[in-house]
Amino acid sequence: MITEILKGMFTTFKHLLQPPVTIQYPEVKRPVRYRFKGRHELKRYDNGLEKCIGCALCAAACPADAIFVEAAENTDDERYSPGERYARVYEINMLRCIFCGFCEDACPTEAIVLEDNYELSFYDRASAIYTKEMLLVPVPPGGQPTPQKVEPGKYDRAIPEMEDPK
Amino acid sequence: MTIGAGEDTFKELTVEELRAKVGTGMPIDDPEEHMLLSMGPQHPSTHGVLRLLVELDGENIVNLAPDIGFLHTGVEKNMESKTYTKALVMTDRLDYLSPMSNNLAYILAVEKLLGVEATPRAQAIRVILCELARISSHLVWLATHALDLAAMSVFLYCFREREYILDIFEMVAGQRMMVSYFRPGGLWRDVPEEFEPAVRQFLDFFPSRIADYEALLKDNPIWLERTKGIGVISGEDAVAWGLTGPSLRGSGVDWDYRKVMPYSGYEQYEFDVPVETDGDVYARYRCRMREMWESLRIIRQALDKLPQGPVNISDRKIVPPPRSELGHSMEAVIHHFKLWTEGFSAPEGFVYQSVESPRGEFSVYLRGDGSPRPARVHFRTPSYVNLASLPLLSKGAFIADVVAIIGSIDIVLGEIDR
Repeated sequence: MITEILKGMFTTFKHLLQPPVTIQYPEVKRPVRYRFKGRHELKRYDNGLEKCIGCALCAAACPADAIFVEAAENTDDERYSPGERYARVYEINMLRCIFCGFCEDACPTEAIVLEDNYELSFYDRASAIYTKEMLLVPVPPGGQPTPQKVEPGKYDRAIPEMEDPK
Repeated sequence: MTIGAGEDTFKELTVEELRAKVGTGMPIDDPEEHMLLSMGPQHPSTHGVLRLLVELDGENIVNLAPDIGFLHTGVEKNMESKTYTKALVMTDRLDYLSPMSNNLAYILAVEKLLGVEATPRAQAIRVILCELARISSHLVWLATHALDLAAMSVFLYCFREREYILDIFEMVAGQRMMVSYFRPGGLWRDVPEEFEPAVRQFLDFFPSRIADYEALLKDNPIWLERTKGIGVISGEDAVAWGLTGPSLRGSGVDWDYRKVMPYSGYEQYEFDVPVETDGDVYARYRCRMREMWESLRIIRQALDKLPQGPVNISDRKIVPPPRSELGHSMEAVIHHFKLWTEGFSAPEGFVYQSVESPRGEFSVYLRGDGSPRPARVHFRTPSYVNLASLPLLSKGAFIADVVAIIGSIDIVLGEIDR
């Protein structure tokens, strides 16, 4: 009986000398994996145009019905995205979202991407609804903010060439 | 109605009796001597939101009735309003300690209904991930079971190793728990390059960690005192009560769906099914510990002969086209839009698919009516059936033993209430 207890004590003692595995979370953050599904971002092209074309396929693919999209027409004087339409309203209810990534899979233009931010908290239910302004990434350097005035016929193609995701 | 063998006085409560006891009346068999105790649903050792109504004679249990339903989410009904692909995410949330097994059962059922089979590579990856999920689930079971019986260090060590497995899940699926990684016709994506080295590293260090857990518990006199001879159920009773998984194999019945009805290519791997004969808490503990070793064996074999090739079948009516085709193929765009809005239609008919989840037989009954949504989904969840035997197992035990017995049948309330 004593030997078994000593064996257990020895195991515990062995672990006493090992470095701790605890990560001191708010101060130290664990890096997430490349495929991590965190908070969504709406991406832009290098010239600043929004990738989202307002097709609402993300809303259709969402198993939790968390996404609301309302599209409007692009014109060459007021262009938000390539193609005919853009998302005038884009809202994700983060209380409904289950972070399954189906919206990212469904998006035909790689506009919505689940990025690595997992620190989502709100003080009330209304602020859990993320609007397009909150989701859209800043204009990249060298790009123009939307709406842009562009020359006619240059951006009539909605779906770009893409690579298979890794 | 009496339960168990022979003319026992130990009665199972009828719904009316249970209602009466839960309500104001509380008719107790012997009101002078017996006490009715409500254990849970916020009791830490009931592993979730399980409420137990316990009738006590001193410290001895006279009668016990599980009261479930606190976590009811209507998963089965909800799935009927979603397409086959979208309904997948709900299966993650049944047995949330082993979502891979739930995904697999559901996906295999969908594939059976459609009459397709996943590619060899997808099948092998599914097996590896399911066995990792089995280890991770058993680690949570061991951790909480030991914690309930006051062994704190085991809890910490188990969660440390589970963290490594969850990290592998995050690497392949982007999610640590609600993975939704298996899709009809294959996988979400192929595993990344760093997957194989990470799993091999796990295979290297994990045996020494199991040895650590065993050093702490296997021959520990306190552990033996708390588990040996507690919650005994005979093989016949276990079969009669529909127990499956380690709870059944702890009673000497050799029954494992991976052996008797192999799925996803389990017949290619060489492994043993651990069986213990005592039928007590300790036997079930031994069964699960030995299963972890067998899982390691399966993972090693599957990884060694992991076939190359595609992970998804090429049927565009089921699997969305690769993203690289969307830019230049109109057909691909049409298929993509069609699959993500309407989904694919499955033929009329029903299928039944069982897998061996860490807790036992996890089965899916799936009925299609020719539309893109399932007409009916029903889950046969192991925890639900295993929990039904709790009154029998706890018969005559001390109130403190109930904690050990609940731990040993390893229930997850998510799949009980579903």
